[in-house]
Amino acid sequence: MSALNVAAIRADFPILRRTVRDERRLVYLDSGATSQKPFQVLDAERNFYETCNSAVHRGAHQLAEEATDAYEAARANIADFIGGKPADLVFTKNATEAINLVSYAFLNATLKSQQGRDLPAGSEKFILSAGDEIVVTEMEHHANLIPWQELCDKTGATLKWIALTDFGRLDPKSIQEVIGSRTRIVAFTHQSNLLGTINDVAAVVTRAREVDALVLLDACQSVPHMPVDVEQLGVDFLTWSGHKMLGPLGIGCLWGREELLSAMPPFISGGSMIETVTMQGSTFAPPPARFEAGVPMAAQAVGLSAAVDYLRALGMDNVQEHEHMLTQAALTALSAIPGVRIIGPTDSKDRGSAVSFVVDGIHPHDVGQVLDDLGVAVRVGHHCAWPVCRRYDVPATTRATFYIYNDLDDVEALVQAVVAAKEFFGA
Amino acid sequence: MKLESLYQEIILDHYKHPHGKGLAPDFASEVHHVNPTCGDEITLRVSIDSANPEHLLVSYDGQGCSISQASASILFDQLNDQSFETGEKAVEHMIAMMQRTQEPDEDILGDGIALVGVAQYPARVKCALLSWMAWKDAAIQAGAEVSANTKIANSIELGEGK
Repeated sequence: MSALNVAAIRADFPILRRTVRDERRLVYLDSGATSQKPFQVLDAERNFYETCNSAVHRGAHQLAEEATDAYEAARANIADFIGGKPADLVFTKNATEAINLVSYAFLNATLKSQQGRDLPAGSEKFILSAGDEIVVTEMEHHANLIPWQELCDKTGATLKWIALTDFGRLDPKSIQEVIGSRTRIVAFTHQSNLLGTINDVAAVVTRAREVDALVLLDACQSVPHMPVDVEQLGVDFLTWSGHKMLGPLGIGCLWGREELLSAMPPFISGGSMIETVTMQGSTFAPPPARFEAGVPMAAQAVGLSAAVDYLRALGMDNVQEHEHMLTQAALTALSAIPGVRIIGPTDSKDRGSAVSFVVDGIHPHDVGQVLDDLGVAVRVGHHCAWPVCRRYDVPATTRATFYIYNDLDDVEALVQAVVAAKEFFGA
Repeated sequence: MKLESLYQEIILDHYKHPHGKGLAPDFASEVHHVNPTCGDEITLRVSIDSANPEHLLVSYDGQGCSISQASASILFDQLNDQSFETGEKAVEHMIAMMQRTQEPDEDILGDGIALVGVAQYPARVKCALLSWMAWKDAAIQAGAEVSANTKIANSIELGEGK
């Protein structure tokens, strides 16, 4: 028995009506890469363009007023969804940009401080000096790894990472050892996009607080799939993307603690983010405007707000319970196929719906091709988490991810397709 | 199923029983090419055939999907101990076949004509071309180093002038 009425949900997603590869039913198991969009989101975005399209925070006319109201109302609604205040929510192009916004706050504060420039009060938190350390984990998406590698490369700080156990979890001993007195920020994922592991946020936050380090949580794979509350989590920054949670492409979110956002120098500069401008220099607006240079993605914000409404109406507890049921079924059925090995936790405890696996004797790309031929859309490759593949000594994996519009028939279609792949390749 | 057109029997044979796989100890140039979207990798070495200095010897090792690995095996059959001109012509032909601008020619590609089905799957084209691009890269590097071999050097100038 599911916590969700999947038939009713599926009726809201026009793309699920189409067929693929010779009239086959589309079995979409790639929501971890991007989710599909319901009518409600598409309609909200279209309605913005049809009724009040204009550049927000500019213009003296009624359309500009209405567009600005719609944009700021979306901010308030989305912030509320993760238990935050609207003023602490910054819209970005995507989650990758949200993480870069924080890593560049460190870089820019460090560079400006070296030049003796004025910095916002409290910016010491972001000024790096020799011997400082940045901590990530070995299970990060490249989006939460490369920005920190780059920051270290430019500043001389050292990148350290928390090791993984053979069972796809953060090694608790490594959390204690790697986070130390020189750690300035710990950036880690809430749920691994490849392994499916849901991390023990409290364990990392507790250790980070002992050494007075900041904490950034990459919530791309958690905000769409489970209840998330920034105050309960106790983190300093939360980053996630809109398109993985039924929202439009082209919008991501950074939530940050007010005193930290206020202390950060800007990342991308230009219009809208200023206070005063002369030819000699400029002063900057308070957050969130300081971090939203240029005409913002108002229609996408409105669409994402509609996605939040959609998920809230379903209930995030129900979403989580539904996915848990599907994940359990998939883990059990896939594990029962000879030659199939799950990469990541094999039990469904503290585990999200990303199920990665390898099939003996068949490269993941070839598995994915057979699945595609049968209408089953999965992702293959290293899933932008190449070090995770190296850690578990696989060149790549096949990954299925489940969401609100999937059901047990989809799990069964996946399992049958994997069996078909084995037959096709004689493995 | 369109799958049979992609995975012709001959492709699967090359994948399961690759020809010439394994790196030769001596080489004039070595390249390592990857397909970053899926992790296919090939290391390819080229050396000059001492008995016939206009010919290039090929050795390779790699890992990846059936298409990328079968394609490398086919490349070995077609291009090992062949001239730069022959190889370059085959590479150009393979690219054109993937772009569907040329009918497959068995005289040029040998078993490689079986890769024609890959052209229907844009995401797999890079898998099929990986080893062929690696060969061209390695051959040019080998030619650049062996300046005495004017034949190769001339061909390279032609190749780069396109």
